[in-house]
Amino acid sequence: MLVATDLSVHYPGAARAALAEVSLEVRPHGLVAVVGPNGSGKTTLLRALMGSVSLQAGTVQLLGRPIASWPARERARIIGAVTQREDYPFAWRVEEVVSFGRYARLSALAALSAEDRAAIERAMIRADVLTLASRRIDTLSGGEWQRVRIARALAQEPALLALDEPTASLDFGHEMEIFELIRELIQGGLAGVLVTHHLNLAARFADEIVLLHEGRTAARGRPADVLTPDRLAAVFGWPVQVSAIDGVPQITPKRRLAAR
Amino acid sequence: MRLWLLAAVALMVAAVALSIGAVPMSLTDVGRGLADPSTRTGAIIWHLRMPRIALAFLVGGGLSVSGAALQALVRNPLAEPYLLGISGGAGLGAVAAIALGLSGLVAVPAAAFAGALASSAIVYWVAAVQGTRLEPRVLVLVGVVVSAFCGAITTALLTMSDAAMLRNAFLWLLGGFGTASWVSVAIFSGYAVLPLGFLFGANRTLDLLSLGDESAEALGVRTEGAKALVFVTTALLTAASVAVSGMIGFVGLVAPHVIRGWLGPLHRQLLPAVFVAGGALLVLADAVARTVLRPAELPIGAVTALIGVPLFTVLLRRTLA
Repeated sequence: MLVATDLSVHYPGAARAALAEVSLEVRPHGLVAVVGPNGSGKTTLLRALMGSVSLQAGTVQLLGRPIASWPARERARIIGAVTQREDYPFAWRVEEVVSFGRYARLSALAALSAEDRAAIERAMIRADVLTLASRRIDTLSGGEWQRVRIARALAQEPALLALDEPTASLDFGHEMEIFELIRELIQGGLAGVLVTHHLNLAARFADEIVLLHEGRTAARGRPADVLTPDRLAAVFGWPVQVSAIDGVPQITPKRRLAAR
Repeated sequence: MRLWLLAAVALMVAAVALSIGAVPMSLTDVGRGLADPSTRTGAIIWHLRMPRIALAFLVGGGLSVSGAALQALVRNPLAEPYLLGISGGAGLGAVAAIALGLSGLVAVPAAAFAGALASSAIVYWVAAVQGTRLEPRVLVLVGVVVSAFCGAITTALLTMSDAAMLRNAFLWLLGGFGTASWVSVAIFSGYAVLPLGFLFGANRTLDLLSLGDESAEALGVRTEGAKALVFVTTALLTAASVAVSGMIGFVGLVAPHVIRGWLGPLHRQLLPAVFVAGGALLVLADAVARTVLRPAELPIGAVTALIGVPLFTVLLRRTLA
């Protein structure tokens, strides 16, 4: 559905390429997790997949068409994205924020149709924010706000979800809630690509992992094949221990000084 | 529903404003004068007060819609049309025209309009560096700086002018509707209908732009183009307002704030209501300006600043808290 081949991105004035020869493929019913240290190019990769950075080399094809040739509105009907940061200068209500997901399907002056309203409600039900519908967004907790933003992406009725650290600064309960929700959506037929710092969650929830290191692909494949101790130690610059729990690799960084 | 309520309030404000002036009238007199333009009261109402009130309403509405749109663009409810550097350029244009000995109902507004457009073009050119995103905070900062520069030249021009010129320039700078006529109403409304229509039509885009570029793009907005269009439209609308009425600050701040608290921040409902409320507010401010120092007139810019600055202070402190 979304195929990226040998992507290279070089920001003007930067010493090295933000992204060099990175490839990945996102398929329906599949979740690809992009992991790597800070500054390894994860967010740049996600932006490149959305067509919002210019490529020095390589191609991104959405449904067989170059991503840059998609008008913004048409693209937004296929890809629903949850970005890393977002302002909310005004105190909208939750249902209003979710209704923004319909933008790409509405003409300028038309009111929301019954179909739009139904899609908004479905999205709120799936992301479990229906009970928050009339709450003002400045009263939400971090976890609720993230679920609202996922609901907004679902209101786009996309075929693919692109999520940039959807659980940043959430506690593990809320984190699990979001990952379970994402997995459920993938099982329901969506394709997904996700940037995260949580290797353990990526290993448990993703079908494929792309490990980035200084803009290059250090490894790509099934979690058990990618997340090996030597490779992680080299990429993150820190020794780790990898143990299999329920057949899934789980990573524990080692202490440098022997723990007492 | 609430919009109708607001319209009713605006009509009442207009009726009261019609009764106020050098010749005092009761509301019954106003009604009679409206019905029969051939009487003396009728003539005062139809030829002096009505165009003045109509122009004040349109300018107030235009400035308020510009304010609301700009607040979405820079993602800050404390922004104001004049932050774009428009006031400085307009003031400079007008004062330069007055210093050159130009006068009249066309030359000075035209010079103000040209100055406003020139300064906002400079602001945009400085803030929008090729290959980078248009950053709202940079836009505001550049606006302030360009305004200050224009202000410096204006001050220099003023110190070189004689007393009569100085008085003219000052009165213009402080704003007013003393020269309003049906012709100026017609010109302004004919001109303002396009930018206003565009901004109303862009209501959903304004919602999304206030989320920031990345989210707006993900939801389907072509952000760079949309931001440029919103900037140009608000600049055109504000420049025309300044040209016909001088510098009137804070309407673009007060009306959106009040309406947002009442109707919520969704631009689809916000913008029409803001237009009506901003219009009514400026009609009211004009009525106050005409009454408090009777028979002299207080400049309307002073009235709106006297209301607007305390409100801005309260708002700012509440935002910081």
